[in-house]
Amino acid sequence: MGDWRLFAAVSAPLAAALMSLLLRRVPAGPPAVSVLAAALQFSVLLSLLPGTLAGLPAETAALPLAAGAALRLRADALGLLFALVSSGLWAVTSVYAAGYLGATGERRLGSFYAYLGVCLSAAAGIALSAGPLAFLVFYEILTLATYPLVIFTGKPAAVAAGRKYLVYALGAGQLLLVATVWALWLAPGAEFVPGGFLAGRASPAALSALFFLFAAAFAVKAAVMPLHGWLPAAMAAPVPVSALLHAVAVVKAGAFGFLRLTGFVFGPALTSDLGAGRVLAWAAAITILVASLRALTESNLKRRLAYSTIGQLSYIVLGAALGSTAAFAAAAFHIAAHGLMKITLFFCAGALYAHAHVEDASQLDGIGRRMPLTMGAFALAALGLAGMPALAGFLVKWNLGWGAADAGRPWFIAVLIASAVLNFAYFFPLVHSAFFKGGGPLRLEEASAALWGPPALTALGALAIGLFPDAGASLYRLAWAAARACAGGAP
Amino acid sequence: MSALPVLIVVTPLVAALAPPLLALASVRAAKAWSLAAQVLCLALSAAALRAVLAGGPLRHALGGWPAPWGIECVLDAFSASLAVLVAGLSVLTGLYAWDWSDRRSPVREGAFQSLFLLLLAGLLGMLATGDLFNLYVFLEIASLSSYALVAAGPGREAPLAAFRYLLLGGAGATFWVLGLGYLYALTGTLNMADLSARWPAIASAPASSAALGLMVAGLALKMPVFPLHGWQPGAYAAAPPQIMPFIASAGSKVMAYAIFRLLAGTLGAEGQAGRALEALAPVGLLSVAAGSVLALTQTDVRRMLAYSSVAQLGLLFVGFSLGGRWAVIGVLWHMLAHAVLKSCLFMAAGSVARRRGSCDLDDFAGLGRTAPLTAACFAAAGLALVGLPPAAGFFGKWYLLRGALDAGAWASVAVVAASGLMTALYVFRVLERIYLSPPPETKRVEPLGPWSAAPMLALAAAAVLLGVFNEPLIAAFIEPAWLAATGGRG
Repeated sequence: MGDWRLFAAVSAPLAAALMSLLLRRVPAGPPAVSVLAAALQFSVLLSLLPGTLAGLPAETAALPLAAGAALRLRADALGLLFALVSSGLWAVTSVYAAGYLGATGERRLGSFYAYLGVCLSAAAGIALSAGPLAFLVFYEILTLATYPLVIFTGKPAAVAAGRKYLVYALGAGQLLLVATVWALWLAPGAEFVPGGFLAGRASPAALSALFFLFAAAFAVKAAVMPLHGWLPAAMAAPVPVSALLHAVAVVKAGAFGFLRLTGFVFGPALTSDLGAGRVLAWAAAITILVASLRALTESNLKRRLAYSTIGQLSYIVLGAALGSTAAFAAAAFHIAAHGLMKITLFFCAGALYAHAHVEDASQLDGIGRRMPLTMGAFALAALGLAGMPALAGFLVKWNLGWGAADAGRPWFIAVLIASAVLNFAYFFPLVHSAFFKGGGPLRLEEASAALWGPPALTALGALAIGLFPDAGASLYRLAWAAARACAGGAP
Repeated sequence: MSALPVLIVVTPLVAALAPPLLALASVRAAKAWSLAAQVLCLALSAAALRAVLAGGPLRHALGGWPAPWGIECVLDAFSASLAVLVAGLSVLTGLYAWDWSDRRSPVREGAFQSLFLLLLAGLLGMLATGDLFNLYVFLEIASLSSYALVAAGPGREAPLAAFRYLLLGGAGATFWVLGLGYLYALTGTLNMADLSARWPAIASAPASSAALGLMVAGLALKMPVFPLHGWQPGAYAAAPPQIMPFIASAGSKVMAYAIFRLLAGTLGAEGQAGRALEALAPVGLLSVAAGSVLALTQTDVRRMLAYSSVAQLGLLFVGFSLGGRWAVIGVLWHMLAHAVLKSCLFMAAGSVARRRGSCDLDDFAGLGRTAPLTAACFAAAGLALVGLPPAAGFFGKWYLLRGALDAGAWASVAVVAASGLMTALYVFRVLERIYLSPPPETKRVEPLGPWSAAPMLALAAAAVLLGVFNEPLIAAFIEPAWLAATGGRG
């Protein structure tokens, strides 16, 4: 059986999903169950932290799922990092979604929280998968469970977005299936190992092909251009879904896949020897720049955030591709940093929409005077994403730049700087017009606490992990622990 | 010597005599009789499988005449596990059909039950026989009863669809017996085991290739695979909905069994048999592609499911042709998975047809609200068919891909992967209707009775559970079946 806590972490959201369906007639039932389950899951994950940081990750027994490939869960540093982030943000989103759905008059809370629970269970499964088969199983479950949330409103745009999402995601799933079978065919029974397990298992040409097969599969969820098309369309989903899934769980599953790929399947050395890291790094760099430019042209808030997400996700891909320890740590930490900041931005956009019916950048004038808490959180998160020192985004950029230099490719630092400038360019006008345009007296018309509380909390979280990255058994340490393990203990 | 291989065939054959008479007294009694015979058949098949797994193949020389002069009945792990599958599906279909009745007359209902039992007898006979001509006889029993069953369909198009099926199916059976004639002329034997010994001498003869070509083409038409599928979508759409879960899932598997048994088992994939196996690959790949595309263009869901079968059966040919251990295990698993999933899908589609009188995409609109149970079963089986892990459909693809990698067959890898996406496209086309479209003005909502709901639910649960427990099932049944089918080659 092994360590039961891992099963608990994966099944808590599933239990919450079932309970939400049962309690769908009780208005406060599903959110309350969700918050409780998230708290339970989070504390279970926290209890796994000491072992993981000590280098003795908890793991379950191997369940034979297919002949020659077992399913096992393990709380290694990288996985635990992702699991903690998605679990923590699930708790916050559960509160926020209750406020948002209440404000927009949505009644189907039971099914909403049920789908959300299945997604979160799959995300925890992806995070804690010890090997490629388990990863594939949870990855596909996540794909499927997200679909009903994308089409949740049932509007034609949402249905169209759902179709697009399915074609992209299921197509990627088939690639991942082939890649997984192939990898396990080359290395029977293999599990994720820091430093990879494929070195020397096949010719370089075959390994390169396999690498790009994996990369293409993950690139869809991580929205690496040109496979990003589904993400802006999927913004047709309700805001809490965009916030949690399209900024955190689903897209991060793809980005997390890249970290597993270069760190634990191929290993940094092999990735670099094959020349695959170089290609991937350029794809990421181009995505960072093009997505940021594209974000400038979008006036719809959610779509601007979507392109911002596409650009930011490629930071993680870039870090995974560069493969040096600092870059890998930065990428892993960005899962947490970007998660906190982007969810803040989405929460704020949702609060603006639900409370003041603001959807477009042009409608923001003076809104900061009416909703200072919401817009304050927005400003903090936007500055953080742009990489302002003292906020979490800065640490990422710093380490990523350092890692690029380490990897002998300092020109990627220029990409990071350009991206920071562009981030300012597309976020700053929003903050500026919210606080300094439109005049009018200061009159407080803040949205309900369920709408401004969560973003304020996540914005403060982003500030906290930026100011005190090393405090206690922190996410930052987990990121470095994962990176060091992949690099084989080298600094 | 064991009587089981004979008993599983004789039971439904003899039982088929009674229903028309019983139905005159009571339709219920005819149904109960037929269901009891099916359950007995299942029990006998299960006992046979148990005996085979414990002590090797069961043989019975009919009339005491030893093979190769007499007709021999044989059950090994391959045929016995399929017999359990076929008998099990017939029991589930019998339960599903319990509260359906041909309203036209009790005589028709009695005939229907007789034909159902004859179809079962024919299919089990094909599995249990060790004689190629005897296989033809059972093939005809199965075929003739399915023509009649299709003709009993509720719509006006049923007789025409059945006639079409009869013409093409008749041609298929003729191909088989014609090819068998050549084989008999070359070897002088019809017994499989005897033929196996005589085959190497003529394995490379040109006439052998003609014989095998005809025989395989005949059964491929009965399965069917593209481009021999002309009869199938019409027949599937026109047949009585309550028999479709059995026809759509069991018949094709037994035909595929006979092809593989002949080429890989009896003839050991040697000479022309090996070449014939190789030739299955392009047919299979084409069938996957064409079936999937055609499925996407259908508006009648039963026709869509029929084309989906064409595509899924194409995968069987791909795996047979690859021939390696994992490829064959993959397709044997896929035979099981597809049988379970397709019969569940046809049960759901049948319930819709029963409520609404037709089975178009529009009839599925809003089903998620008006018939949540049927909708959920369709969704579960459909998603399992797409191959989402850890449902049953996933693992067929998993092992088949592993086999394709073993053989370095990249075209097969690509087609298996593409088939998953194409399956998703046509399944989600229906699911979108089920869960997103508003329900139409309902004429009348007839709630699904427990007799129909229970087998459908059981199959939907199996769609997931089989996948989760595939590993022990493969170790217990599929591996021995693979050994029996191929002698452990590859």
